[in-house]
Amino acid sequence: MNKIIKKTRLAENVTEYVVSAPDVARHAHPGQFIILRVDEDGERVPFTICDYDAIAGTVTILVQEVGYSTIKLSQIPEGGFIADFVGPLGNPTDLSEFKNILLIGGGIGAAVIYPQAKALRAKGMPSDVIVGARTASLLMYEKEFKAAAENLYLITDDGTSGVKGFVTDELKRLAAVNNYDCVFAVGPMPMMRAVCALTAELNIKTVVSMNSIMVDGTGMCGGCRLTCGGKTKYACVDGPEFDGHLIDWDEAINRSKVYREQEKEHRCRLTGEVK
Amino acid sequence: MAIEKKPRSKMPEQDPKERARNFKEVAFGYTPAMAQEEASRCMHCKNAPCMQGCPVSVNIPDFLAATASGEFEKAGDIIGKTSSLPAICGRVCPQENQCEKMCLRARVDGAVAIGNVERFVGDYMLAHGGKPQKTARTGKRVAVIGSGPAGLTCAAELSNHGVDVTVFEAFHKAGGVLVYGIPEFRLPKSLVQAEIDKLCGGGVEIKLNTVAGKTLPIEEIAKDYDAVFIGSGAGLPMFMNIPGENLNGVYSANEYLTRVNLMKAYLPNSPTPVQLGKKVTVIGAGNVAMDAARTALRMGAESVKIIYRRGREEMPARAEEIHHAEQEGIEFCLLTNPVSFCGESGWVKSMRCVKMELGEPDKSGRRSPKPVAGSEFDIETDMVIVSLGTRPNPLIKNSFAALQTSEKGTIVVNEETMQTNVDGIYAGGDAVTGAATVILAMGAGRKASKAILEKLGMQS
Repeated sequence: MNKIIKKTRLAENVTEYVVSAPDVARHAHPGQFIILRVDEDGERVPFTICDYDAIAGTVTILVQEVGYSTIKLSQIPEGGFIADFVGPLGNPTDLSEFKNILLIGGGIGAAVIYPQAKALRAKGMPSDVIVGARTASLLMYEKEFKAAAENLYLITDDGTSGVKGFVTDELKRLAAVNNYDCVFAVGPMPMMRAVCALTAELNIKTVVSMNSIMVDGTGMCGGCRLTCGGKTKYACVDGPEFDGHLIDWDEAINRSKVYREQEKEHRCRLTGEVK
Repeated sequence: MAIEKKPRSKMPEQDPKERARNFKEVAFGYTPAMAQEEASRCMHCKNAPCMQGCPVSVNIPDFLAATASGEFEKAGDIIGKTSSLPAICGRVCPQENQCEKMCLRARVDGAVAIGNVERFVGDYMLAHGGKPQKTARTGKRVAVIGSGPAGLTCAAELSNHGVDVTVFEAFHKAGGVLVYGIPEFRLPKSLVQAEIDKLCGGGVEIKLNTVAGKTLPIEEIAKDYDAVFIGSGAGLPMFMNIPGENLNGVYSANEYLTRVNLMKAYLPNSPTPVQLGKKVTVIGAGNVAMDAARTALRMGAESVKIIYRRGREEMPARAEEIHHAEQEGIEFCLLTNPVSFCGESGWVKSMRCVKMELGEPDKSGRRSPKPVAGSEFDIETDMVIVSLGTRPNPLIKNSFAALQTSEKGTIVVNEETMQTNVDGIYAGGDAVTGAATVILAMGAGRKASKAILEKLGMQS
């Protein structure tokens, strides 16, 4: 059982949880993820670590309420408990070979690039950051990014905050005037695919973080498998980060939809229950 | 000496048609009278060949004698001297290739059903056996990584000698393959839990949700404990690397069984989803393949086919599992090998196969299959379960560079002591052998516990 130390509503359907997990916090690195089960009968759901504090013994995750388990999680109050919380899983982000990195976060993916922005600032090489969202209320970690980034660029689909457009528009503009040697992009798969299509043209190495469906997170189930450079890889133990230009995106997006029908049914059942 | 013929007592079972649609245990188990009757068939051969067939050398004639005279608790104590989990072994050991194969009655009127009697005694001990006696503590501390058969056995043995044991388990539930892999209808999970509870009552602490090498580095664990036993199993599923294998609807047996067993996707309101295939194909013919096929049937499949590239004789599954699968209506497509999968809108729709013929025996002694030219044909299928075996998980090796492993990824140990190349760190079970049986893993856990006790200056 892991206690929810702090719970903050960040945007419509997006909640930040600071969870007590001392061993995870002590060994976590940017880019790694955890798997949690909300309650005794819960499914195992992976979330990327957004922040961690080894001294306080806490791990921070950002959760968008999209399905059965995430909605159930949102019903646990601050001070309440999560049944299981295991990690840190996957490999840490390694961008050490790059000198001029552009970070791109889309939607909740912004939370995933935040530890990277912080780490780069700590290394004395703060990076440019693009944060995109559908609308202003879904933009996350604006204040935190302002402190960590060299330059922060906000983009919304509807123009309610920052520049109106997509992250790829801003990427195109910035790449024309900057000499980036790496783009690190995290967000919904279609966004990551669009970024990769553009950076392939621009010839900029691109790293993405794959949030595949998985059960154990330790290489056991193979559910998270994807094709990278023509080879089958497991997001959990080979990733979660991959060279975005080598990913078979059609396949990855197809696999991300495998439980869509069942998930719909679960959600209905849950909203029925909590009415 | 002429033996008076007396056939082996049949194990009562659920009707195949009925059980193919439920998750209740297939076999009901012996009644006390049946157990006594069957145990009395033992002829008490002078050199007890059955014991030579047992990987942990259970004193079979003695426990059968005790059972025959109705002293079930005594029988349990005799088994307990060398085997920690009889209710489990009685169900999942391949007895026909071990103890029962060596039984002299085998060639007369059928081997004594040692496994069935063991199961009875194991169940009796769970229901009636006293609480484990907590031995005086020695202050020694040992860490066990993995709570599968190897880890649990090692932990039980050490704890019985007064060693405080902490078991680190990656999953949210203890038991390893006993809970995520072997289905409910073959090994009820309540029974595994009862065995584990008994263990914990004896002074073993289980830390769930702890991935050794990730949550806690192995170096850190080694520093905190007097010795470490690694029983992390062989959990990495193998695929065929053929076109279409990553289509939706293609599972590893590990994933399918974990979703259904551990995550309880077989219950109507489980939050964990699983595909409900109508025309299911299972690739492979080992015990795990039989488990996956029979599970798919119980999940409501209209048809389930086993696809296997060799012949009937070569199928690696236990005879009993194959027999049960056939009884339940699983079809066997033998000498058949998949070459690709075909999909529609991202979902698997069919499997292209090629017919095989058997050639000369290969290194494993089995006749090696060769494709028959021009024999390609398609099998319609909306769910495929790949069950071609597993390899050890590289997670431990990758996080602990000092540990010596083989090319196959198995941990290298001294076979006498089960010690790895790192002093004070032992390993056993599938992590060392590659995918094998529950009983071999238990044997390894026991062997390592003896070496660890010796290392700690204690007599085992």
